[in-house]
Amino acid sequence: MSGSSRVPAAADPEDALRIAEEAVRLAVAAGASEAEALVASGESALTRFANSEIHQNVASTEAFVNLRVAKGRRVGVASSGRTDPEGLRALAERAAAIAANVEELDDWAGLPEPNGAPEPVVAAWSDGTGGAGPELRAEGARAVIAAADAEGVAAYGSFSTDVEAHAVANSKGIRVAERRTTSQLLTVTMGPDNGTGYAEDCSVDATRIDAAALGLEAAQQARASANPVDLPPGDYPVVLNHYAVVDLLDMLGYLGFSALAVAEGRSFWEAGKQAASPLVTVTDDGRDPDGLPMGFDAEGVAKQRLALLDRGVCRDLAFDAQTAARAGRRSTGHGLPAPNPWGPFPVNMSMAPGDASLEELIGGLDRGLLVTRFHYTNPVYPKRVVITGMTRDGTFLVEGGKIVGPVRNLRFTMSYLDALAGVEAVGRDRRTLRGMLGGCTVPAVRLSSFSFTGATRAG
Amino acid sequence: MPMRDLTSRALDTATALGAAYADVRVVRRLEESITIKSTRVEGVSSGETEGFGVRVLVDGAWGFAASHEITTAEADRVAAEAVRIARASATTTRSRVVLDDRPPAAGRYATPVAEDPFAIPLDRKIAALLEADRAMNSVKGLAWTESMYSAQREEKTFAASDGSYTEQSFTHIGSGLEANAIDGDEHQRRSYPDNGGLWASAGYEFVRAMDLAGNAERTASEAVELLSAPPLPAGTRTILLHPSQLYMQVHESCGHPTELDRAFGTEASYAGTSFLMPDMLGSFRYGSDLCDIVADATVPGGLGTFGWDDEGVAAQRVPLVQEGIFVGYLSSRETAPRIGRQSGGAMRADGWNRIPLIRMTNVNLLPKPGMSFEDIVADTDDGLLFETNRSWSIDDRRLNFQFGTEVVREVKHGRLGRLYRNGTYTGITYELWRSMDAVGDERSWRMWGTPNCGKGEPSQVGHVGHGVSGARFRNVRVGVMS
Repeated sequence: MSGSSRVPAAADPEDALRIAEEAVRLAVAAGASEAEALVASGESALTRFANSEIHQNVASTEAFVNLRVAKGRRVGVASSGRTDPEGLRALAERAAAIAANVEELDDWAGLPEPNGAPEPVVAAWSDGTGGAGPELRAEGARAVIAAADAEGVAAYGSFSTDVEAHAVANSKGIRVAERRTTSQLLTVTMGPDNGTGYAEDCSVDATRIDAAALGLEAAQQARASANPVDLPPGDYPVVLNHYAVVDLLDMLGYLGFSALAVAEGRSFWEAGKQAASPLVTVTDDGRDPDGLPMGFDAEGVAKQRLALLDRGVCRDLAFDAQTAARAGRRSTGHGLPAPNPWGPFPVNMSMAPGDASLEELIGGLDRGLLVTRFHYTNPVYPKRVVITGMTRDGTFLVEGGKIVGPVRNLRFTMSYLDALAGVEAVGRDRRTLRGMLGGCTVPAVRLSSFSFTGATRAG
Repeated sequence: MPMRDLTSRALDTATALGAAYADVRVVRRLEESITIKSTRVEGVSSGETEGFGVRVLVDGAWGFAASHEITTAEADRVAAEAVRIARASATTTRSRVVLDDRPPAAGRYATPVAEDPFAIPLDRKIAALLEADRAMNSVKGLAWTESMYSAQREEKTFAASDGSYTEQSFTHIGSGLEANAIDGDEHQRRSYPDNGGLWASAGYEFVRAMDLAGNAERTASEAVELLSAPPLPAGTRTILLHPSQLYMQVHESCGHPTELDRAFGTEASYAGTSFLMPDMLGSFRYGSDLCDIVADATVPGGLGTFGWDDEGVAAQRVPLVQEGIFVGYLSSRETAPRIGRQSGGAMRADGWNRIPLIRMTNVNLLPKPGMSFEDIVADTDDGLLFETNRSWSIDDRRLNFQFGTEVVREVKHGRLGRLYRNGTYTGITYELWRSMDAVGDERSWRMWGTPNCGKGEPSQVGHVGHGVSGARFRNVRVGVMS
């Protein structure tokens, strides 16, 4: 696909850094002993289609300034969408007023110190996305729709482009800025006789997304999943497609890979514990060009690579400045915007590939299920990472290593740790998809058992 | 700059460039939040965002653009960008958008507020919350506590090319306590008054009435008690849903499937569709005869209460289910004419940078005269009482659901008995509602709030309300993981 040449002025990292530095200066002038400003600005746009036509189509120019100030051990946070001098001054006054009225934090360790300037992550930016307009997104939608038309199914989905500048400055000398682009195209297709399909791709470069291929993948799946039959719930071996695997990593990140979650006793994580199959290696790497990279976190700390699960063994944890100080170490660059009672978060996860093709993964099922993706998952027992949710957009019975046909969507209630302990094989092809808070690069996997606890109905 | 200058400029530019219809919303939102963890004031923040969004209809297709810069020059740029986007939309048009007629909207609306939460000194609000959090921590055996307070004020001006002009001010507020107890792999949580806090359209008087400090010790004790409670055994049982769980059941299994955009597939790529199709209106038995559900944007205190929706349609009460029969939808000016009706006024946007979508207003299960919820408990020979939502999930057509609650109590011969932990129940939407044989009366009926309802791409978070009084259901599968 072709792009246009206009790059949004709002996505200038030097401007974002200048705003951050000015906010810090104003906060210090207002009496703060420490101050930190996070600035994110740019353009977000999304073209949405349903019933094979564009029905929603939006774009917005936005700015966000998050200012954290400390007066001694008293900390306040204020945010604003205004970046003009008067707006920044009012922001500094609001933050200072909060800091003057809160109780002291007895373990406040201060804002993070500079630790060398992070190397710019060049791969975080693409001119292709930077110059994308509604015409490019409509072109992508039309390509998906054409593929769906050819298969006799209807297309639904969205094509989004985000162009942003991020900057962090603090009174201890941190000064970082970069520009980032992300894009995502996803489609659900629906055919006659209750067949549905799904496909998705995410990329820093919107022009590298092959909309026609995604449309074809989802459309063919909608055809293949027509006339699903009932299957009794129970324990089945499964092959999870990429779109389902991303939820496993998301939930582990959300519930477990955080230093605060471990400190509060709500995480499964224990150093050296064999938490998953030796075939499972999960990392978090903000500089991974295969993902949706970023060079630093919301506190301006450079992203470190984490081996979250090393051949199934718990190795590293995500730290932000506060949890790192409590542990007597440095932040790993996984802080979220303050205030953040939930704690640090890995937002650039990936799972290492194996050596099996998708056909080989399916071929290893004597009698089991192929699952396209999950829907509306939610923790039931968080510490054991027991999750419930539904299958969606193509669930297939496999016998003797061959797909027999589609089954009606099933409910599962399952510990994702138990699921990952039963990984038998890992796919060699990976996809970068949208995770809970960032990009997530995953292969398909085959699991020895998955607990399906219910099924939906025809109507 | 006078607000009308901005709105007129955006509308004039849009229509001059070819928009057959245009509307603009200018929104300023203030937020304040306090989080206390284990007697430590963990986070206090104040947020402010403002901007405007222009929605246009060109060649029968929609476009929308928004900006945080409130100037007339930016109004021109944004209106032109919205038209450009609409023209890109029109390249795929298969059916042109047609809006229903409504009288131009005009006037003002404001949430009734007795004590302005933003006028109360911050230190007093922190002190009140800290007192409650400290009271929880007087109980031994807790892993951690978390107490929250949040208030939001949104000032919204809406103008449309048909001459509509409204100004509204909403004040939403929520607060609550959470106690956590952990023993090995077992993590139990108990909340008061609700998981994530109890929310309403109101002032600080709403928080005072919760008596957080007075309920803190009991809440914390129940969290510890849950650790030694037995897990809920599997079975098929009579269940009683306390209002603190019943409102979530209404939200997921009635509110979402009665959104007309879902029925038409326009939410399919994210949240899903609906099993309730237009040809089922007036004939499909959704629930028992006791099941009367309305979408009511006029009820006092609801998070979905307003003067006009974001298309300028006046607040109203729309029947969704009458005596168990599915009769209506939450709808918009675009969708309602397609089923021969007029908009029910359910288009709501999450701030200036999002388009309005069909959202719940206040979806309420109406009370039935006869028994309070306590009377229903006393009327139950053998059952289980589920209280305070803990987890939720439902399929993409809103049929197969599974919920978990913080506590489950046995009901034997009309009395509350033993406590169970890790309670879950599951079923099919219409089968559950058809099995309802008792609904609480007005004595138990109150508004509950959901401040985190997700929908749309890009994602939007909606504030919606639910009035419920508690109810009883027969033959429900419980104890999914036991």
